[in-house]
Amino acid sequence: MAKRIDVKDLDIYYGDFKAVEGVSMTVEPRSVTAFIGPSGCGKSTVLRTLNRMHEVIPGGRVDGKVMLDDQDLYAPSMDPVAVRRTVGMVFQRPNPFPTMSIKDNVAAGLRLNGIKDKKRLDETVEKSLRGANLWSEVKDRLDKPGAGLSGGQQQRLCIARAIAVNPQVLLMDEPCSALDPISTLAIEDLINELKSQYTIVIVTHNMQQAARVSDQTAFFNLKATGQPGRLVEVGSTQKIFSNPEQQATEDYISGRFG
Amino acid sequence: MSTSITGHSVTDDLPGPDGRSPHDGDRAGTGRLGDRLFGGAATGSGLVVVALVTLVGLFLVMQAVPSLLNNNANFLTSTEWVPSGSEPRFGIAALLWATVVTSVIAMVIAVPLGVAVALFITQYAPAWLAKPAATTVDLLAAVPSIVYGFWGLTIAGQFIDPVTGFLQRTLGWIPFFGDAGFSGRSTLFFAGMILAIMILPIITAISREVFAQVPVAHKEGALALGATQWEMIRTAVLPFGKPGVISGAMLGLGRALGETLAVMILLSTLNPTASWSWSVFNGGETFASKIALNAGEFDSPQKTGAYIAAGLVLFILTFLVNAVARIVIERRKAFSE
Ligand SMILES: Nc1ncnc2c1ncn2[C@@H]1O[C@H](COP(=O)(O)OP(=O)(O)OP(=O)(O)O)[C@@H](O)[C@H]1O
Ligand SMILES: [Mg+2]
Repeated sequence: MAKRIDVKDLDIYYGDFKAVEGVSMTVEPRSVTAFIGPSGCGKSTVLRTLNRMHEVIPGGRVDGKVMLDDQDLYAPSMDPVAVRRTVGMVFQRPNPFPTMSIKDNVAAGLRLNGIKDKKRLDETVEKSLRGANLWSEVKDRLDKPGAGLSGGQQQRLCIARAIAVNPQVLLMDEPCSALDPISTLAIEDLINELKSQYTIVIVTHNMQQAARVSDQTAFFNLKATGQPGRLVEVGSTQKIFSNPEQQATEDYISGRFG
Repeated sequence: MSTSITGHSVTDDLPGPDGRSPHDGDRAGTGRLGDRLFGGAATGSGLVVVALVTLVGLFLVMQAVPSLLNNNANFLTSTEWVPSGSEPRFGIAALLWATVVTSVIAMVIAVPLGVAVALFITQYAPAWLAKPAATTVDLLAAVPSIVYGFWGLTIAGQFIDPVTGFLQRTLGWIPFFGDAGFSGRSTLFFAGMILAIMILPIITAISREVFAQVPVAHKEGALALGATQWEMIRTAVLPFGKPGVISGAMLGLGRALGETLAVMILLSTLNPTASWSWSVFNGGETFASKIALNAGEFDSPQKTGAYIAAGLVLFILTFLVNAVARIVIERRKAFSE
């Protein structure tokens, strides 16, 4: 079940340093939202607050509200572990567990959920690997180490690992930045397919990618170095790329930036 | 990443950027005079070390063989130890038993505890505590073993009798825990406990080092799947740290097997006529403590040879233990990226 994300007046801190200020936006269920903006403007930081991974960093804390449908992710009663089981994440660098086989990597999240039934694990592993367009490439070596795959295959393995637990939202932080164009296209196709089931938020530095895969685009920027990053503009991808409201957005997209 | 003092680091298992093991030579020699001189010196030193070790081993074996040929008892299974006289009878069974029992007790206590302390320091402790704790552990690893032995004898020994008594009352029906008539502080059990305290810092220090090297990406990967902190430790930290923990445990085991002074001042020697007991509350002597205790009276080649033979068994034991550990580490190599 895909869910809607509602972010309201979000301030994000690293210790005393306010990294991001005043973000408010809505992400519709079963849509793809792209975060774009110059390096250091806080895209990853915002993304990581959507599954409470931000507070894993020492000193990391958040002011404001993040709602998943009608649940407040930062309510005191909310268990961050439960949030992360609902909101999956794929990182910039593929990070399969090096000591685990391909199969165990995909099954890792299920095992954390206490599923031990072998048949059910096998079925979900196959389904997730098919879902990540990796099944045909690895079906004969499921017991080999996940770290022995190519970078693009590893990234799809990480996507399979994330979707195996059936999350409602999938966050991706520059999932293609370490990949060749073919693997990148494979992952973009995958995002298009996954969109029918999941709410997806993706960070990217690649304008064409944002234009290709996303329904909605959010442009982040810094006022000046040392200042907190902020959300400049968010809207349908078509509008942001053809007719943005802010001059800064237009400058960034057309490459006249900085 | 740094190499650990075991000589075996997790980094040893990782291929370099070019995909080769870091232990392969790099074929960068140019054939110039300086390169040839230095290369020759390095190779020469390496060969000298190997030759020295081989010669020492050969010398020991040559000393031991005549004594063994004169032995009237089975060297491996006899518990007697009368190495001199016209009819020498000696065997290592009792020494081997005492050595293995004390070391096993030490490992059973120290490995889980060391791993737990290392996990606490790297994963749970707040930053202001982690640094001093780590330094303290490193310092403890350098305390000489005689200090531990003396501490055990004079201080910890005062508190062991109730523990010993309790274990004997509740578990005494198992032969391993029967009362053998020794005071609490002179038993194999207590010696094993002191050994555990002695090897705890080294196991902790090395485990802490590898646990601290676990890449953030692996830890975050587990957390992002909805792992609790303990589950994250089980999926990311422990598998990554396993070779290091094994290395640390082996280093600790090496110290426990070979520990001389602390064991010597603690353990009561057995009466030669006493009947055999399987109890961990028995006294006894380990290989190292026996050799040290009797080093003053190596008056005949026959007698010296007998002790050297015992020492060789200790050497083989240590070697076997290390070989097994290596195999365990190697088996996981395919999975360590
Ligand atoms: N672990 C951290 N501790 C302290 N400050 C951090 C940390 N991570 C990021 N920051 C700061 O937060 C700000 C936003 O960083 P963030 O990584 O979110 O940027 P980004 O938009 O993702 O950049 P990029 O496109 O380069 O990935 C930066 O000023 C950065 O220096
Ligand atoms: Mg980033």
